[in-house]
Amino acid sequence: MTLTLTCVAKTYGSGPRALHPTDLRIETGEILSLLGPSGCGKTTLLRLIAGLEEADPGAEIRFGDEDVTHLPVERRHIGMVFQSYALFPNMSVRDNIGYGLRMQRLPRAEIRSRVEEVIALCRLEPYADRAITALSGGQRQRVALARAFAPRPRIMLLDEPLSALDAALRLALRDELAALLRSFGTTVIFVTHDQDEALAISDRVAVMEAGQIRQIGTPEELYRAPRSPFVAEFVGHAMPLAGARRVGGLHLAGGILPLPAEAGPGPVYVRAEDLRLDPHGPLRACVDSVTFLGTHYRLGLSALTDQRLYALHHGQSAPRVGEAVTLSIAPEALICLPL
Amino acid sequence: MKLLTRYMPLAVTLLACAFLLVPTLQSVLAGITANYFRGLSSGLTLKWVGEVWGLYADSILLSIWLALACLAVTLLIGVPAAYALARAPGRLSRVLEEFISLPLAIPGLALALALLQLYGAQQGFRAHWSFILVGHVLYTLPFMVRAVQAVLAAIDLKTLEEGAASLGAPPWRRFVDIVVPNALPGILAGSLTVVTLSIGEFNLTWMLHTPLLKTLPVGLADSYASMRLEIASAYTLVFFVMIVPLLMAMQWATARAQRILS
Amino acid sequence: MTARHFGTLCLLPLLIFSLAFLALPLVRLVLSSAAGEAGWGIYLQMLQKPRYLSALAQTLAVSAAVTVVALAVSTTAGLYLARNRFRGRAILLSILTLPLAFPGVVVGFMIILLGGRQGLVNQITPGHLVFAYSTFGLFLGYLYFSIPRVLLTVMAAAEKIDPALEEAARSLGAPPSRVLWDVLLPALRPAMVAAGAIAFATAMGAFGTAFTLATDIDVLPMVIYTEFTLSANFAMASALSIALGLVTWSVLLIARSLSGGAVASGG
Repeated sequence: MTLTLTCVAKTYGSGPRALHPTDLRIETGEILSLLGPSGCGKTTLLRLIAGLEEADPGAEIRFGDEDVTHLPVERRHIGMVFQSYALFPNMSVRDNIGYGLRMQRLPRAEIRSRVEEVIALCRLEPYADRAITALSGGQRQRVALARAFAPRPRIMLLDEPLSALDAALRLALRDELAALLRSFGTTVIFVTHDQDEALAISDRVAVMEAGQIRQIGTPEELYRAPRSPFVAEFVGHAMPLAGARRVGGLHLAGGILPLPAEAGPGPVYVRAEDLRLDPHGPLRACVDSVTFLGTHYRLGLSALTDQRLYALHHGQSAPRVGEAVTLSIAPEALICLPL
Repeated sequence: MKLLTRYMPLAVTLLACAFLLVPTLQSVLAGITANYFRGLSSGLTLKWVGEVWGLYADSILLSIWLALACLAVTLLIGVPAAYALARAPGRLSRVLEEFISLPLAIPGLALALALLQLYGAQQGFRAHWSFILVGHVLYTLPFMVRAVQAVLAAIDLKTLEEGAASLGAPPWRRFVDIVVPNALPGILAGSLTVVTLSIGEFNLTWMLHTPLLKTLPVGLADSYASMRLEIASAYTLVFFVMIVPLLMAMQWATARAQRILS
Repeated sequence: MTARHFGTLCLLPLLIFSLAFLALPLVRLVLSSAAGEAGWGIYLQMLQKPRYLSALAQTLAVSAAVTVVALAVSTTAGLYLARNRFRGRAILLSILTLPLAFPGVVVGFMIILLGGRQGLVNQITPGHLVFAYSTFGLFLGYLYFSIPRVLLTVMAAAEKIDPALEEAARSLGAPPSRVLWDVLLPALRPAMVAAGAIAFATAMGAFGTAFTLATDIDVLPMVIYTEFTLSANFAMASALSIALGLVTWSVLLIARSLSGGAVASGG
């Protein structure tokens, strides 16, 4: 099911716009995440697609050929996974999963067989007759997913489905969730504030800020070719290299950085993993802090630009605080943004 | 059908409001109307309220006095007890809590009978206002204990106390400096509840009172049985004027204490 | 002084007070119920005398009816007020909680003003309808003080329901009526059990309202009162009080075990 949004905007009461007019097209079977900090409008956009909020006049939302702009949520035939999971505590796991099918008034036998099918798909067999309160966080997440998927929705909408879990579990379930969503084969829209989640799960990511989609593309595109400082900083924590453009390259406080020939006049960014200690490097900096993180050291550097930068250092030993170091950056690792 | 499901809840709400409000307004109006049967055209007057004051000033003042005394006693007994119960949660504490909450579960009439049969023969006590006070404390004490306990359970009492103890504060200083100030929202909510309930208490008081010691609600019952409608209404009006602000303050304080908790 | 001693000291006033004025009087009440001619057989007598049995039955019937109607009215109004924001909502809410602080006598007077001989209904209807002193009047009186209590409990629970639950049901295709039956009412069930138990226990033990209305039906508290003051039958009054207290206390206890601890006060 393709999803087409045209000029979809949302204003709450007389307040500022929560979502500026947005156009978006999502192909059948595609997994798209909406990524952004809290308050960026990503959940509003999701709820507009679900039909839980009504868009400002002038919007059009199409599921395939059907215009659903004015359909209430219960008639849009979507599957939604809520941040809190919103499992019905008065029903068993099986009854939760079968609820959407019961609402479609399917014959009992069919409901039963489809529920069993989904239970097996989500590997919930041992828990099928348990009460919701007897499930762990990870199990609840799978039940929520199974419940949303059981009625074979046209589109699956997931609102921060991993954020209710603790950090260790979140990592483990991320890949499992990605695999399950792929096996469903439906169109999926996935809201998250965690860039790792977005990059790991989706085919395309829409980065949102202040009620607008700033950039949309595959995870690699966003990571390697961000088009704005916000996207560069939010996806992969790129750091700005502030300096003057003159002959020879970028003149920083700690030295002159040669730029590739094709670099435009826009700001230049670099990621911590690309800032390398190099005895012959062109840049000088002073080590401010050294944090040992197991696989690598994280060095805080001053005097390279007027703001503190970080470098990841792989090696058996690290420079000491207060030491002066020289650094280099591979030209292909520089992120040159358009103006 | 659609109309029914949409407007039925509103209709029920409005109907319930009317049921509760109409007689209240009637009684307010009757209390300030010169002649209730001739209606408002007979003019508005404060004559009836004046007569009520002449007839029942003693019972009104006694009720205020009892409410304040009841507040003092529930504070003295309830706040330290709530602290002790919050510090030592366990079976014994729960049993004790359950026991002091019995006056909420058992009808006031039964409690009054129990008190009368044990202490009724001691004339000095039986005829003294403190006998009614005992009934009021019995009924209001669980409210004070619970209000304070709820606040103490929500703040991290143990750590706060350990902090104070590590700085050298002995137990009674910790109670005065740490526990009481932090429990103040609960104490305020509990206090307003105690005063409101004490002023309105009838079930116990009717059995415990003597002809010389009538509280406001006892006086109300008396006026309903034997006075003309205007005087009964005017007396009810006086009661409303006292109780409604208290009720509103009580709801405000309870909501405030709950906001602090969450 | 150690912390433990201080804790005991804090509890001491409460222990003394409840021993002297709660524990001992209740023991005395139990003993005096058996102090009559019949001894402990008085409890058997209580169950054999039609007057007491019918009073018990009537009290139970009125209380049960009040509980059902108060639950229906207050749940409807409470859900409506918890889920809608509109002008005047605060006023409606204050009106609905106003009678919380009214003692039973005042509630009785309110019913007289509505349905008494000089009441509103009698004045505006041609048929001269007087219902204040009947069972129906008593029922209305109990309803009057039950509505606010039930409403507050239900509303507090309604406001705690996760809005995502309702959205989830709707996203699965549930129309509003199914949302009510499958999500809202199950979520309110513990609060309704709790509030219903409080309404029932309060109605069972209510004295002031029946006293003011001087109803022509015998409810248990009125029977206890007349046994004690008019007939001076202390043993029977005590026995009936104990029976009544046991009924209300156990209703609250059962409700609490059903609703998971939400039942607090009998008021």
